[in-house]
Amino acid sequence: MEITAKKGIKFIISELKPRGELFTPFNIITIPIIALGLIIVAYRFVNGLGSVTNQSQIFAWGLWKGFNVVTGVAFAAGAYIVTFMVYVLRIKKYHSIVKATVLNGFLSYVFYAGALILDLGRPWNIINPIIGNSFGFNSVLFLVAWHFMLYIIAQFVEFSPTIAEWLERKKAKKFLQSLTLGAVVFGITLSLLHQSGLGALFMMAKSKIHPLWYSEFLPILFLASSVPAGLSMVILEGTISRRVFKDLYPKHSSKHLYEEIVFGLAKGAALSLFIYYFFKAIIFIHGRHWSHITDMWGVWYFIEVFGFVLLPCIMYANGYKNRSIGLIRLASLITIVGIMLNRLNISVISFYWNNPNHYYPSWQEYIVALMVISIQIWVFRWVVTRMPVFKESHH
Amino acid sequence: MNRRKFFKLAGISAAGLTEKLITSADAAGIPSTKQFIGVLNDTTKCIGCRNCEKACSEVNGMQVPDIENDNALEKERVTDEKQLSVVNKYKTDKGTVYIKRQCMHCWQPACAAACLTNALHKTEEGPIIWRSDKCMGCRYCMVSCPFDIPKFEYQSWNPRILKCDMCWKRIQQGAIPACVEACPSEALMFGLKKDLMEIARTRIYKHPKDYVSHVYGEYEVGGASWLYLSSVPFEQLGFRTDLGNTPYPEYTKEFLYAVPAIILILPPLLYGLHHITEPEDSEKK
Repeated sequence: MEITAKKGIKFIISELKPRGELFTPFNIITIPIIALGLIIVAYRFVNGLGSVTNQSQIFAWGLWKGFNVVTGVAFAAGAYIVTFMVYVLRIKKYHSIVKATVLNGFLSYVFYAGALILDLGRPWNIINPIIGNSFGFNSVLFLVAWHFMLYIIAQFVEFSPTIAEWLERKKAKKFLQSLTLGAVVFGITLSLLHQSGLGALFMMAKSKIHPLWYSEFLPILFLASSVPAGLSMVILEGTISRRVFKDLYPKHSSKHLYEEIVFGLAKGAALSLFIYYFFKAIIFIHGRHWSHITDMWGVWYFIEVFGFVLLPCIMYANGYKNRSIGLIRLASLITIVGIMLNRLNISVISFYWNNPNHYYPSWQEYIVALMVISIQIWVFRWVVTRMPVFKESHH
Repeated sequence: MNRRKFFKLAGISAAGLTEKLITSADAAGIPSTKQFIGVLNDTTKCIGCRNCEKACSEVNGMQVPDIENDNALEKERVTDEKQLSVVNKYKTDKGTVYIKRQCMHCWQPACAAACLTNALHKTEEGPIIWRSDKCMGCRYCMVSCPFDIPKFEYQSWNPRILKCDMCWKRIQQGAIPACVEACPSEALMFGLKKDLMEIARTRIYKHPKDYVSHVYGEYEVGGASWLYLSSVPFEQLGFRTDLGNTPYPEYTKEFLYAVPAIILILPPLLYGLHHITEPEDSEKK
């Protein structure tokens, strides 16, 4: 026993050592961001949130919640969509991207939902809604928090066979694989509820959010837009991964097969963007919002809806029809920016739009937001360079 | 809590209504059916002395404002983490009107519905209190409150949410809220909401020229414990009159009701889909 424990520790230490070059452009940019971010976080826990953020009594939620949590979770939606296609609908085509997508989703939840803790004033009480001495059943945030936690576990279960394969534990892998379908079904259910739940969070801010962005259908809009957000992130992540980690892909990995996957995803993204656009249009017309479009907010609204929903929708459809990978990649980028705009418009930008002392994030808030993303990418890189994430596993 | 003592004390501020309050309370058998308590602020009687502000800060252990010399009435203020109740001055066509602002103690509060740890808690008697051992500082209450009342200590490593709790501790000991006790002009009156409403309506009925026919807080966002009478329309006095009468928790209720249904329906559906799509000649690999 002692030998295996020693071996295990040795193994972990050896695996924690970085591989590859240290001075890559990515490292040179992210190392200072992470270092500075950690200092800011330490400073914040000593001197209070007000010492580093511009959040105020009126603008209680800033960039960390609006971007890291509310936006980041939308981008992690790829995991529930791809697992739905692969494990529930058994579409074999997408099997090769499922591991990377689930890993990306898992890490997004760990880090982006984890960023919530940085923003909590009294994080030591985070245990309260979990252990059950204070269940706020009326609270949408209670539901979202629980779903985050359960979904992180479900995604870990979904990814665990890859870890077992890495550690060469065949029996464990077989057992863990038997749990996948259950975790996927559970995970999809949780995802539908908390993706929409993030929208429901803002329902009680009715009087504070600009009427062009507030709607009683926010949960449906958040759910509908999480589909193109997730798919676009899968396309973007694949594009970057295949370039950066090209040595990690199997030698025989067919470019043609991968492009077929992208075309499939693009079709899904075009369709889901159109449905989302359609919902937006119905809400606009049904809500009689014509009177709100005469000022700059109206212009801003139309930039979001036409420039970042309808335009990428058309680009996706064209890219699919004309089999243009380049156009699809551009569309995925525009969609991602559009989802960011939408989530930030609701949570930050149009929040108390008429307040003269509107909230603008401090530079420290930007650094910490970037730090969270940077660490996530570091961990992603650490995992994919060690575990068989991009390789098709043998059954 | 000593109810009789409490209602007697409540009666002192309610002057002529003391007898009525006690008898109605006893007759209704208050201990079993708890009626919400509240405060009626008849702003036509308020002289803007700010003794309520002073008393509030003293009771809550905060820095006591120098009400004689600080000229705080010159500009419109909001409550903050250092002062839970403020008086503002408004120039209207019916003369100067003073408005005391603090937590409205909603009947169905958004803050308590938002709170995932039940740290903000609506007591059975009506006051909404904050419990430090439960709160995790997420500030969802601040995002949700239509009156922007909960305030957060941004400059502390161990921040609290601060808001008026209607002097809950004093009420439990049989006293009345400090601001009501400190009010020299009977602009503030403490009692059961239903009784305060009777008083408010009676005043409007008897003196239609002195009051607008509206009690702010009777129905706003589902009704509140803090009620206002005024001589001019409330929108001229910094009140939000666009909030509607729907209790705020209603906005998320439908979504929350859908949750158990989806949790029950979706997994079998997904399992079903998984089995339907199983190829006929499936061989185990």
